[in-house]
Amino acid sequence: MAAFEPLLTRIVGMENSRTLAVFEGEGGYKALKKGLKEFSPAEVTEEVKASQLRGRGGAGFPAGVKWGFLPSQEANPGPRYLVCNADESEPGTFKDRVILRDNPHLLLEGCILSSYALQANHCFIYIRGEYPEEAIILEKAVEEARAAGYVGTNILGSGFDLDIIVHRGAGAYICGEETALLESLEGKRGYPRIKPPFPAVVGLYGRPTVINNVETLACVPSIIERGADWFASIGPEKNTGPKLFCVSGHVERPGTYEGPMGMPLREVIDDLCGGVWKGRKLKAVIPGGSSTPVLTAEEAMSVNMDFDSLASVGSMLGSAAVIVLDETVDIVAAAANLMRFYHHESCGQCTPCREGTGWLEKILHRFEKGQGRAGEIEDMQDICDNIAFKTVCPLGDAARMPLEAFLQKFRGEFEARIAAGAGGSR
Amino acid sequence: MFSEEITQEVDAIVTRYPEAKSALLPLLHLLQREKGWVSPEGMKWAAERLDLSPAHVEGVVTFYSMYFTKPVGRNVIQLCRTLSCDIRGAQSIRKMIHDKIGIGPGETSSDEKYSLIEVECIGACGTAPAMMIGDSLHENLTPERVAAILDKVED
Repeated sequence: MAAFEPLLTRIVGMENSRTLAVFEGEGGYKALKKGLKEFSPAEVTEEVKASQLRGRGGAGFPAGVKWGFLPSQEANPGPRYLVCNADESEPGTFKDRVILRDNPHLLLEGCILSSYALQANHCFIYIRGEYPEEAIILEKAVEEARAAGYVGTNILGSGFDLDIIVHRGAGAYICGEETALLESLEGKRGYPRIKPPFPAVVGLYGRPTVINNVETLACVPSIIERGADWFASIGPEKNTGPKLFCVSGHVERPGTYEGPMGMPLREVIDDLCGGVWKGRKLKAVIPGGSSTPVLTAEEAMSVNMDFDSLASVGSMLGSAAVIVLDETVDIVAAAANLMRFYHHESCGQCTPCREGTGWLEKILHRFEKGQGRAGEIEDMQDICDNIAFKTVCPLGDAARMPLEAFLQKFRGEFEARIAAGAGGSR
Repeated sequence: MFSEEITQEVDAIVTRYPEAKSALLPLLHLLQREKGWVSPEGMKWAAERLDLSPAHVEGVVTFYSMYFTKPVGRNVIQLCRTLSCDIRGAQSIRKMIHDKIGIGPGETSSDEKYSLIEVECIGACGTAPAMMIGDSLHENLTPERVAAILDKVED
């Protein structure tokens, strides 16, 4: 395989990389010109389908297939929408921030091409409220693009009209879930909707809508410019393209790195990040954000960073948010920290999630203090069973799956908090 | 409620959306920017401006963690407490903030210069521990750095 060439972060680090002048100087908006001139909207979708690009938000659903679910204008006449999900809030995840902050025009170029494919005349970028500086950068980029004729009416003489609206969230993890995001964008509480109907059919304002992650949309220009085959040649089969890995925790050089999909996790940790910090030993790795089941050190050293490889070891690529835990980490405390997060962020709509995460948090905080009671490991498993697949959205599962992995792979640490404890009986 | 200039900004926000109800979160952000918090009076204004029920607006305001339903200090410190920050020393940062300005999570200093809120992941895990003061992100914190940052916060 040829040496990996970064696509999403190539210009990151250059002075003024966020400006239109630098982006265009580096070949930016060429894909847009090519796409609008040489491709019909359906052909853009076909090219994205052929590239096997999978959604970078966490679920890994093929983007082109998702676009294909939109009913035709004949079958369902009227407006349709593209929504860019820039609400990255999964603990450990900060990958999209690099694009938003240092390469915003790449995202806009992807949004424009994708809106053209879907024949959407409005594109919303829903950015989390905790990214106010990035929201301003994006708004400036949209204005630059508008002044250059890339956004607005009759873009580059194609007859295609598009407005891009940057919309700020207000602090709610749940709004990263796509139907909660739509509710929020409609000015409501972020309560996920029951699916079906899927947003492709009934989405924003009840109209057909596609929701894609920032990184997913940022891949689209290179697919149009260099072709689906070229894109698909990066990474393993069905796990194609470049990937941002955002690494935090106990490594020497945490940060966001771009590599080919399928890169060994060991290389991400050792080569890109300089290895576990302070010469300590690796204990565990959360590979794809806090919702993804933890890997033991041994598992982490032999797995590759792509959707199917991580699924084969019972975890997920998720948002490729790698959290590295060294030998000093108290797994019980880590589990308690994350359960507090999920309890705090549960929207409260479904009882199993709202109550279950609260009970689990209470029990885990007691374990953390060495006050676990006999039988409570089984109780926690029972609560997890009662959350599993019983909620409107995946937040409940996102909370219980990592706990189940902690309980299974590091059971001894939990048992020790019972043996040591003065928690009394249940 | 607002100056002519702000009223124009409000109108521009409302007309930006295909359906006006989408302007609720942006209007609440604007309200908080201008008044420091979202008061019952502010909620009533937003409801009237967008033809929504006051109950709906209050439901929305209280759902999202970034809207303040009580007055806060002039500088709101949001300190991340989630896993990546926690294991890189967020607790020592919280202690330093307490030592320096005498407040813990959920408290406002008596001179109303600061409020401290412990928040969940702010997406700065690679530069943990991290906090925000107002709209500014501060990363790679150490107790010494936090002390220096707080010394420079203007009132």
